[in-house]
Amino acid sequence: MEKHIMQYQTVHFNLNGKDVERTVDVRASLTDMLRGDFRMTSVKKGCEVGECGACNVLIDGEAFNSCIYLAVWAEGKHIRTLEGLLGPNGELSDIQQAFVEEAAIQCGFCTPGFILTAVEILESGKEYSDAELRKLLSGHLCRCTGYENILRAVKKTMYRRLGKSF
Amino acid sequence: MYDMKALYQAKSVADAVALRLAHPQAQIIAGGSDVLVQMREGKRAGAELISIYGLDELRGVSMEADGTLRIGSLTSFSHITRDPLIQQYVNVLGEAVDQVGGPQIRNIGTIGGNTCNGVTSADSASTLFAYDAVVELTGPDGVRRLPIQEFYIKAGKVDIREGELQTAILISRESYENTFGHYIKYAMRNAMDIATLGTSVNVRLSADKRTVERARVAFGVAGPVPLRAETAERLAAGKTLSPDLADDFAAAVREDINPRDSWRAARDFRMHIAVESARRAFVEAVHLAGGEL
Repeated sequence: MEKHIMQYQTVHFNLNGKDVERTVDVRASLTDMLRGDFRMTSVKKGCEVGECGACNVLIDGEAFNSCIYLAVWAEGKHIRTLEGLLGPNGELSDIQQAFVEEAAIQCGFCTPGFILTAVEILESGKEYSDAELRKLLSGHLCRCTGYENILRAVKKTMYRRLGKSF
Repeated sequence: MYDMKALYQAKSVADAVALRLAHPQAQIIAGGSDVLVQMREGKRAGAELISIYGLDELRGVSMEADGTLRIGSLTSFSHITRDPLIQQYVNVLGEAVDQVGGPQIRNIGTIGGNTCNGVTSADSASTLFAYDAVVELTGPDGVRRLPIQEFYIKAGKVDIREGELQTAILISRESYENTFGHYIKYAMRNAMDIATLGTSVNVRLSADKRTVERARVAFGVAGPVPLRAETAERLAAGKTLSPDLADDFAAAVREDINPRDSWRAARDFRMHIAVESARRAFVEAVHLAGGEL
Protein backbone atom coordinates (compact mmCIF):
# COMPACT_ATOMS: atom_id res chain seq x y z
CA MET A 1 0.00 0.00 0.00
CA GLU A 2 1.11 3.54 -0.72
CA LYS A 3 2.44 5.49 2.21
CA HIS A 4 0.23 8.33 3.35
CA ILE A 5 1.30 11.91 2.84
CA MET A 6 2.31 13.51 6.15
CA GLN A 7 -0.11 16.36 6.61
CA TYR A 8 -0.50 18.59 9.62
CA GLN A 9 -2.87 21.44 10.24
CA THR A 10 -3.26 24.00 12.99
CA VAL A 11 -6.75 24.01 14.44
CA HIS A 12 -8.15 26.89 16.51
CA PHE A 13 -11.21 26.31 18.65
CA ASN A 14 -12.75 26.96 22.03
CA LEU A 15 -12.51 24.11 24.52
CA ASN A 16 -14.64 24.38 27.66
CA GLY A 17 -14.65 28.17 27.46
CA LYS A 18 -10.98 28.65 26.64
CA ASP A 19 -9.57 29.51 23.20
CA VAL A 20 -6.97 26.93 22.22
CA GLU A 21 -4.98 25.86 19.20
CA ARG A 22 -3.07 22.73 18.26
CA THR A 23 -1.25 21.47 15.25
CA VAL A 24 -2.66 18.02 14.52
CA ASP A 25 -2.20 15.19 12.09
CA VAL A 26 -5.13 15.45 9.66
CA ARG A 27 -5.79 11.73 10.18
CA ALA A 28 -6.73 12.32 13.83
CA SER A 29 -10.29 11.99 15.08
CA LEU A 30 -11.61 14.59 17.48
CA THR A 31 -11.41 11.90 20.20
CA ASP A 32 -7.70 11.45 19.43
CA MET A 33 -7.05 15.19 19.74
CA LEU A 34 -9.12 15.77 22.87
CA ARG A 35 -7.57 12.82 24.71
CA GLY A 36 -4.04 12.96 23.34
CA ASP A 37 -3.41 16.69 23.07
CA PHE A 38 -5.68 18.07 25.78
CA ARG A 39 -5.91 15.18 28.28
CA MET A 40 -9.71 15.31 28.19
CA THR A 41 -9.91 11.72 29.37
CA SER A 42 -13.66 11.90 30.00
CA VAL A 43 -13.93 11.42 26.23
CA LYS A 44 -13.86 7.63 26.08
CA LYS A 45 -12.83 5.40 23.24
CA GLY A 46 -15.58 2.80 23.06
CA CYS A 47 -16.71 1.34 19.75
CA GLU A 48 -15.02 4.06 17.66
CA VAL A 49 -17.65 3.65 14.94
CA GLY A 50 -20.31 6.02 16.25
CA GLU A 51 -22.58 3.46 17.88
CA CYS A 52 -21.95 3.54 21.63
CA GLY A 53 -21.83 7.26 22.47
CA ALA A 54 -18.94 7.00 24.96
CA CYS A 55 -16.94 9.66 23.08
CA ASN A 56 -19.84 12.12 22.90
CA VAL A 57 -19.00 15.84 23.18
CA LEU A 58 -20.98 19.03 22.58
CA ILE A 59 -20.04 21.01 19.50
CA ASP A 60 -21.77 24.40 19.27
CA GLY A 61 -24.36 23.01 21.68
CA GLU A 62 -25.19 19.80 19.80
CA ALA A 63 -24.10 16.25 20.71
CA PHE A 64 -21.61 14.54 18.40
CA ASN A 65 -19.71 11.28 18.58
CA SER A 66 -16.14 12.61 18.49
CA CYS A 67 -14.80 9.25 17.24
CA ILE A 68 -16.32 9.84 13.80
CA TYR A 69 -15.49 13.54 13.59
CA LEU A 70 -12.23 14.73 12.09
CA ALA A 71 -10.09 16.78 14.49
CA VAL A 72 -9.55 19.44 11.79
CA TRP A 73 -13.33 20.01 11.61
CA ALA A 74 -13.07 21.57 15.09
CA GLU A 75 -11.77 24.80 13.52
CA GLY A 76 -13.77 27.73 14.91
CA LYS A 77 -16.10 25.54 16.98
CA HIS A 78 -17.07 25.68 20.66
CA ILE A 79 -16.47 22.25 22.15
CA ARG A 80 -17.50 21.11 25.60
CA THR A 81 -16.48 17.96 27.42
CA LEU A 82 -17.45 16.66 30.86
CA GLU A 83 -14.43 18.46 32.35
CA GLY A 84 -16.13 21.75 31.43
CA LEU A 85 -19.10 21.04 33.69
CA LEU A 86 -17.12 21.18 36.93
CA GLY A 87 -17.24 24.28 39.14
CA PRO A 88 -14.06 26.29 39.96
CA ASN A 89 -13.22 24.02 42.90
CA GLY A 90 -14.19 20.81 41.18
CA GLU A 91 -17.84 20.93 42.31
CA LEU A 92 -20.22 18.66 40.47
CA SER A 93 -22.92 20.20 38.29
CA ASP A 94 -26.58 19.43 39.03
CA ILE A 95 -26.81 16.73 36.37
CA GLN A 96 -23.66 14.98 37.62
CA GLN A 97 -24.98 15.13 41.19
CA ALA A 98 -28.27 13.63 40.02
CA PHE A 99 -26.41 10.72 38.39
CA VAL A 100 -24.74 10.08 41.79
CA GLU A 101 -28.02 10.36 43.73
CA GLU A 102 -29.93 8.07 41.39
CA ALA A 103 -27.12 5.49 41.15
CA ALA A 104 -27.11 6.07 37.40
CA ILE A 105 -23.47 4.96 37.29
CA GLN A 106 -21.85 1.60 37.75
CA CYS A 107 -18.64 1.17 35.80
CA GLY A 108 -18.84 4.79 34.61
CA PHE A 109 -17.55 4.32 31.08
CA CYS A 110 -20.73 5.55 29.37
CA THR A 111 -21.39 8.29 31.93
CA PRO A 112 -19.55 11.31 30.42
CA GLY A 113 -21.24 10.72 27.06
CA PHE A 114 -24.69 10.35 28.62
CA ILE A 115 -24.21 13.46 30.74
CA LEU A 116 -23.28 15.63 27.76
CA THR A 117 -26.36 14.48 25.84
CA ALA A 118 -28.32 15.25 29.02
CA VAL A 119 -26.81 18.77 29.00
CA GLU A 120 -28.06 19.30 25.43
CA ILE A 121 -31.51 18.08 26.50
CA LEU A 122 -31.57 20.27 29.61
CA GLU A 123 -30.30 23.38 27.84
CA SER A 124 -33.21 23.24 25.40
CA GLY A 125 -35.31 24.35 28.37
CA LYS A 126 -38.15 22.08 27.24
CA GLU A 127 -40.17 19.57 29.21
CA TYR A 128 -40.10 16.13 27.63
CA SER A 129 -42.19 13.03 28.20
CA ASP A 130 -40.51 9.78 29.25
CA ALA A 131 -40.87 8.44 25.70
CA GLU A 132 -39.21 11.55 24.29
CA LEU A 133 -36.39 11.35 26.83
CA ARG A 134 -35.77 7.71 25.99
CA LYS A 135 -35.49 8.59 22.33
CA LEU A 136 -33.18 11.55 23.06
CA LEU A 137 -30.93 9.28 25.15
CA SER A 138 -30.98 6.40 22.67
CA GLY A 139 -27.58 7.18 21.14
CA HIS A 140 -25.76 5.75 24.16
CA LEU A 141 -25.12 2.20 25.25
CA CYS A 142 -24.84 1.28 28.94
CA ARG A 143 -24.12 -2.34 29.83
CA CYS A 144 -24.50 -1.92 33.61
CA THR A 145 -27.44 0.14 34.76
CA GLY A 146 -30.36 -0.98 32.61
CA TYR A 147 -30.97 2.71 31.78
CA GLU A 148 -33.80 3.31 34.26
CA ASN A 149 -31.65 5.18 36.77
CA ILE A 150 -30.09 7.24 33.99
CA LEU A 151 -33.54 8.22 32.74
CA ARG A 152 -34.54 9.14 36.30
CA ALA A 153 -31.44 11.31 36.82
CA VAL A 154 -32.08 13.26 33.63
CA LYS A 155 -35.78 13.62 34.38
CA LYS A 156 -35.14 14.77 37.93
CA THR A 157 -32.71 17.45 36.76
CA MET A 158 -35.09 18.52 33.99
CA TYR A 159 -37.91 19.08 36.51
CA ARG A 160 -35.58 20.82 38.97
CA ARG A 161 -34.37 23.24 36.32
CA LEU A 162 -37.97 23.90 35.25
CA GLY A 163 -38.81 24.62 38.90
CA LYS A 164 -41.27 21.72 39.05
CA SER A 165 -41.54 18.91 41.56
CA PHE A 166 -40.42 15.42 40.59
CA MET B 1 -6.11 7.99 13.63
CA TYR B 2 -7.85 7.12 10.40
CA ASP B 3 -5.95 5.21 7.79
CA MET B 4 -6.15 7.86 5.09
CA LYS B 5 -3.59 8.78 2.51
CA ALA B 6 -4.48 12.43 2.22
CA LEU B 7 -7.20 14.91 3.16
CA TYR B 8 -8.23 17.77 0.89
CA GLN B 9 -10.53 20.32 2.47
CA ALA B 10 -12.78 22.24 0.10
CA LYS B 11 -13.16 25.96 0.83
CA SER B 12 -16.06 26.54 -1.55
CA VAL B 13 -18.20 24.57 -4.00
CA ALA B 14 -15.93 25.74 -6.85
CA ASP B 15 -12.92 24.58 -4.86
CA ALA B 16 -14.58 21.21 -4.27
CA VAL B 17 -15.14 20.81 -8.03
CA ALA B 18 -11.47 21.68 -8.66
CA LEU B 19 -10.38 19.13 -6.02
CA ARG B 20 -12.62 16.48 -7.58
CA LEU B 21 -10.99 17.04 -10.97
CA ALA B 22 -7.48 17.10 -9.49
CA HIS B 23 -8.04 13.94 -7.44
CA PRO B 24 -10.59 11.81 -9.32
CA GLN B 25 -9.81 8.76 -7.16
CA ALA B 26 -10.58 10.58 -3.90
CA GLN B 27 -13.75 9.93 -1.89
CA ILE B 28 -16.03 12.83 -0.93
CA ILE B 29 -16.73 13.04 2.80
CA ALA B 30 -19.69 15.06 4.09
CA GLY B 31 -20.59 14.24 7.72
CA GLY B 32 -18.49 11.08 7.67
CA SER B 33 -20.88 8.81 9.57
CA ASP B 34 -20.57 6.27 6.76
CA VAL B 35 -17.17 7.07 5.22
CA LEU B 36 -15.24 7.22 8.52
CA VAL B 37 -16.92 4.06 9.79
CA GLN B 38 -16.00 2.26 6.56
CA MET B 39 -12.41 3.45 7.02
CA ARG B 40 -12.37 1.99 10.52
CA GLU B 41 -13.58 -1.28 9.05
CA GLY B 42 -10.66 -1.18 6.64
CA LYS B 43 -12.90 -0.89 3.57
CA ARG B 44 -11.50 2.44 2.51
CA ALA B 45 -8.09 2.04 4.09
CA GLY B 46 -5.49 4.29 2.52
CA ALA B 47 -8.13 6.41 0.73
CA GLU B 48 -7.79 10.05 -0.19
CA LEU B 49 -10.66 12.18 1.08
CA ILE B 50 -12.15 15.43 -0.13
CA SER B 51 -13.92 16.99 2.84
CA ILE B 52 -16.87 19.22 2.02
CA TYR B 53 -18.06 19.34 5.64
CA GLY B 54 -16.90 22.95 6.03
CA LEU B 55 -19.11 24.30 3.23
CA ASP B 56 -21.79 26.12 5.24
CA GLU B 57 -23.29 27.43 1.98
CA LEU B 58 -24.68 23.89 1.48
CA ARG B 59 -26.56 23.94 4.80
CA GLY B 60 -30.16 24.91 5.44
CA VAL B 61 -33.62 24.75 3.93
CA SER B 62 -35.03 27.60 1.86
CA MET B 63 -37.86 28.33 -0.54
CA GLU B 64 -37.15 29.53 -4.05
CA ALA B 65 -39.25 32.18 -5.83
CA ASP B 66 -41.44 29.56 -7.55
CA GLY B 67 -42.17 27.77 -4.28
CA THR B 68 -39.59 25.01 -4.72
CA LEU B 69 -38.20 23.76 -1.43
CA ARG B 70 -34.42 23.70 -1.51
CA ILE B 71 -32.58 21.50 0.98
CA GLY B 72 -28.83 22.07 1.03
CA SER B 73 -27.02 18.76 0.73
CA LEU B 74 -25.10 19.22 3.99
CA THR B 75 -28.20 19.93 6.07
CA SER B 76 -28.11 17.50 8.98
CA PHE B 77 -31.03 15.19 9.74
CA SER B 78 -31.76 16.96 13.03
CA HIS B 79 -31.83 20.36 11.33
CA ILE B 80 -34.22 19.04 8.67
CA THR B 81 -36.56 17.72 11.37
CA ARG B 82 -36.52 21.05 13.22
CA ASP B 83 -36.85 23.23 10.12
CA PRO B 84 -40.10 25.28 9.97
CA LEU B 85 -40.44 24.96 6.16
CA ILE B 86 -40.07 21.19 6.34
CA GLN B 87 -42.55 21.01 9.22
CA GLN B 88 -45.06 23.08 7.30
CA TYR B 89 -44.81 21.51 3.83
CA VAL B 90 -43.20 18.04 3.97
CA ASN B 91 -43.44 17.06 7.62
CA VAL B 92 -43.06 13.40 6.68
CA LEU B 93 -39.48 14.05 5.56
CA GLY B 94 -38.58 15.45 8.98
CA GLU B 95 -40.33 12.48 10.57
CA ALA B 96 -38.42 10.01 8.38
CA VAL B 97 -34.94 11.42 9.00
CA ASP B 98 -35.72 11.58 12.73
CA GLN B 99 -35.51 7.77 12.63
CA VAL B 100 -31.96 7.56 11.30
CA GLY B 101 -29.46 6.04 13.76
CA GLY B 102 -29.51 7.90 17.08
CA PRO B 103 -29.40 11.56 18.16
CA GLN B 104 -25.66 12.08 17.62
CA ILE B 105 -25.83 10.45 14.18
CA ARG B 106 -28.71 12.75 13.26
CA ASN B 107 -26.55 15.75 14.20
CA ILE B 108 -23.67 14.73 11.92
CA GLY B 109 -25.43 12.80 9.13
CA THR B 110 -26.48 14.78 6.06
CA ILE B 111 -29.26 14.27 3.52
CA GLY B 112 -26.68 14.54 0.74
CA GLY B 113 -24.62 11.73 2.21
CA ASN B 114 -27.74 9.64 2.81
CA THR B 115 -28.68 9.80 -0.88
CA CYS B 116 -25.17 9.74 -2.41
CA ASN B 117 -24.49 6.42 -0.68
CA GLY B 118 -27.04 4.91 -3.02
CA VAL B 119 -28.32 2.47 -0.42
CA THR B 120 -31.93 1.36 -0.59
CA SER B 121 -32.39 1.53 3.19
CA ALA B 122 -31.67 5.27 3.50
CA ASP B 123 -34.48 6.68 5.65
CA SER B 124 -34.72 9.89 3.60
CA ALA B 125 -34.85 8.18 0.23
CA SER B 126 -38.36 6.71 0.13
CA THR B 127 -39.93 10.05 1.05
CA LEU B 128 -37.78 11.86 -1.54
CA PHE B 129 -38.95 9.33 -4.15
CA ALA B 130 -42.55 9.78 -3.06
CA TYR B 131 -42.19 13.54 -3.59
CA ASP B 132 -40.43 13.29 -6.97
CA ALA B 133 -37.43 15.12 -5.52
CA VAL B 134 -34.84 16.55 -7.88
CA VAL B 135 -31.14 16.17 -7.19
CA GLU B 136 -28.89 19.13 -7.94
CA LEU B 137 -25.29 18.39 -8.83
CA THR B 138 -22.62 21.02 -9.39
CA GLY B 139 -19.67 20.21 -11.60
CA PRO B 140 -17.16 21.73 -14.01
CA ASP B 141 -19.91 22.54 -16.53
CA GLY B 142 -22.20 24.13 -13.99
CA VAL B 143 -25.37 22.81 -12.43
CA ARG B 144 -27.17 19.64 -13.51
CA ARG B 145 -30.56 18.64 -12.17
CA LEU B 146 -32.13 15.23 -12.46
CA PRO B 147 -35.06 13.35 -10.91
CA ILE B 148 -34.03 11.26 -7.92
CA GLN B 149 -35.32 8.13 -9.70
CA GLU B 150 -32.62 8.67 -12.33
CA PHE B 151 -29.98 9.61 -9.76
CA TYR B 152 -30.04 6.08 -8.34
CA ILE B 153 -28.43 3.76 -10.91
CA LYS B 154 -28.12 0.54 -8.91
CA ALA B 155 -27.41 -0.55 -5.34
CA GLY B 156 -24.57 1.62 -4.04
CA LYS B 157 -24.21 3.50 -7.32
CA VAL B 158 -25.58 6.97 -8.08
CA ASP B 159 -25.15 9.29 -11.05
CA ILE B 160 -22.35 11.58 -9.86
CA ARG B 161 -20.01 12.34 -12.73
CA GLU B 162 -16.41 13.45 -12.89
CA GLY B 163 -15.81 16.65 -10.97
CA GLU B 164 -19.35 16.77 -9.57
CA LEU B 165 -20.76 16.95 -6.07
CA GLN B 166 -24.35 16.98 -4.92
CA THR B 167 -25.28 20.49 -3.76
CA ALA B 168 -29.03 20.37 -3.06
CA ILE B 169 -32.23 18.37 -3.10
CA LEU B 170 -35.30 20.14 -4.49
CA ILE B 171 -39.00 19.45 -4.06
CA SER B 172 -41.37 21.38 -6.32
CA ARG B 173 -44.47 23.13 -5.04
CA GLU B 174 -46.62 21.11 -7.42
CA SER B 175 -45.35 17.99 -5.70
CA TYR B 176 -45.71 18.94 -2.03
CA GLU B 177 -48.61 21.40 -2.09
CA ASN B 178 -51.58 20.35 0.00
CA THR B 179 -50.17 16.88 0.73
CA PHE B 180 -49.87 15.02 4.00
CA GLY B 181 -47.61 12.07 4.51
CA HIS B 182 -46.50 9.41 6.92
CA TYR B 183 -43.34 7.28 7.11
CA ILE B 184 -43.03 3.89 8.76
CA LYS B 185 -39.64 2.43 9.48
CA TYR B 186 -39.72 -1.26 10.26
CA ALA B 187 -36.55 -2.26 12.10
CA MET B 188 -35.52 -4.63 14.87
CA ARG B 189 -34.65 -1.84 17.31
CA ASN B 190 -36.08 1.62 17.85
CA ALA B 191 -32.68 3.28 17.57
CA MET B 192 -29.32 2.65 15.93
CA ASP B 193 -30.75 0.25 13.39
CA ILE B 194 -31.07 0.01 9.62
CA ALA B 195 -34.56 -0.28 8.14
CA THR B 196 -35.76 -3.78 7.31
CA LEU B 197 -38.31 -1.89 5.25
CA GLY B 198 -39.13 1.82 4.91
CA THR B 199 -42.54 2.99 3.66
CA SER B 200 -43.47 6.56 2.81
CA VAL B 201 -47.00 7.50 1.76
CA ASN B 202 -48.45 10.91 0.99
CA VAL B 203 -51.92 11.90 -0.15
CA ARG B 204 -53.72 14.93 -1.52
CA LEU B 205 -57.45 14.95 -0.90
CA SER B 206 -60.21 16.85 -2.68
CA ALA B 207 -61.54 20.03 -1.06
CA ASP B 208 -64.44 18.11 0.55
CA LYS B 209 -61.95 15.54 1.93
CA ARG B 210 -63.89 12.65 0.44
CA THR B 211 -61.81 11.79 -2.59
CA VAL B 212 -58.16 10.96 -3.11
CA GLU B 213 -56.80 13.35 -5.74
CA ARG B 214 -53.34 11.87 -5.62
CA ALA B 215 -51.66 9.17 -3.55
CA ARG B 216 -48.03 8.26 -3.62
CA VAL B 217 -46.11 5.45 -2.00
CA ALA B 218 -42.43 4.67 -2.07
CA PHE B 219 -40.34 2.03 -0.36
CA GLY B 220 -36.80 1.52 0.81
CA VAL B 221 -35.43 -2.07 0.90
CA ALA B 222 -38.23 -3.33 -1.39
CA GLY B 223 -35.72 -3.54 -4.23
CA PRO B 224 -32.04 -2.80 -4.89
CA VAL B 225 -32.79 0.93 -4.91
CA PRO B 226 -35.71 2.87 -3.43
CA LEU B 227 -38.82 2.60 -5.60
CA ARG B 228 -42.38 3.80 -6.14
CA ALA B 229 -45.40 1.49 -6.22
CA GLU B 230 -47.25 3.11 -9.11
CA THR B 231 -49.93 0.45 -9.51
CA ALA B 232 -51.19 1.30 -6.03
CA GLU B 233 -50.95 5.02 -6.78
CA ARG B 234 -53.04 4.67 -9.96
CA LEU B 235 -55.56 2.53 -8.13
CA ALA B 236 -56.18 5.16 -5.45
CA ALA B 237 -56.22 8.24 -7.68
CA GLY B 238 -59.70 9.72 -7.97
CA LYS B 239 -61.30 7.16 -5.65
CA THR B 240 -63.73 7.94 -2.86
CA LEU B 241 -62.34 7.30 0.62
CA SER B 242 -63.44 4.03 2.18
CA PRO B 243 -61.89 1.37 4.42
CA ASP B 244 -61.72 -0.95 1.40
CA LEU B 245 -59.67 1.64 -0.47
CA ALA B 246 -56.90 1.40 2.13
CA ASP B 247 -56.84 -2.40 1.81
CA ASP B 248 -56.91 -2.35 -2.00
CA PHE B 249 -54.22 0.32 -2.15
CA ALA B 250 -52.03 -1.69 0.22
CA ALA B 251 -52.54 -5.00 -1.61
CA ALA B 252 -51.61 -3.37 -4.92
CA VAL B 253 -48.09 -2.48 -3.76
CA ARG B 254 -47.21 -6.15 -4.27
CA GLU B 255 -47.33 -5.56 -8.03
CA ASP B 256 -44.35 -3.21 -8.03
CA ILE B 257 -42.02 -4.25 -5.24
CA ASN B 258 -39.29 -6.81 -5.44
CA PRO B 259 -37.61 -7.32 -2.06
CA ARG B 260 -34.86 -9.86 -1.52
CA ASP B 261 -33.93 -12.39 1.10
CA SER B 262 -31.21 -11.08 3.37
CA TRP B 263 -29.96 -11.85 6.85
CA ARG B 264 -32.21 -9.06 8.11
CA ALA B 265 -35.45 -10.52 6.75
CA ALA B 266 -36.86 -12.92 4.20
CA ARG B 267 -38.45 -11.74 0.97
CA ASP B 268 -41.85 -13.08 2.00
CA PHE B 269 -41.70 -11.23 5.29
CA ARG B 270 -40.78 -8.01 3.53
CA MET B 271 -43.70 -8.50 1.11
CA HIS B 272 -45.98 -8.95 4.08
CA ILE B 273 -44.83 -5.89 6.03
CA ALA B 274 -44.81 -3.79 2.85
CA VAL B 275 -48.55 -4.35 2.44
CA GLU B 276 -49.30 -3.74 6.10
CA SER B 277 -47.03 -0.67 6.30
CA ALA B 278 -48.59 0.78 3.15
CA ARG B 279 -52.04 0.34 4.64
CA ARG B 280 -51.13 1.93 7.97
CA ALA B 281 -49.20 4.79 6.37
CA PHE B 282 -52.09 5.45 3.95
CA VAL B 283 -54.63 5.52 6.79
CA GLU B 284 -52.45 7.89 8.81
CA ALA B 285 -51.77 10.15 5.82
CA VAL B 286 -55.52 10.37 5.08
CA HIS B 287 -56.20 11.27 8.72
CA LEU B 288 -53.50 13.94 8.67
CA ALA B 289 -55.10 15.33 5.52
CA GLY B 290 -58.42 15.61 7.36
CA GLY B 291 -60.12 12.66 5.67
CA GLU B 292 -62.03 9.78 7.21
CA LEU B 293 -61.89 6.16 6.17
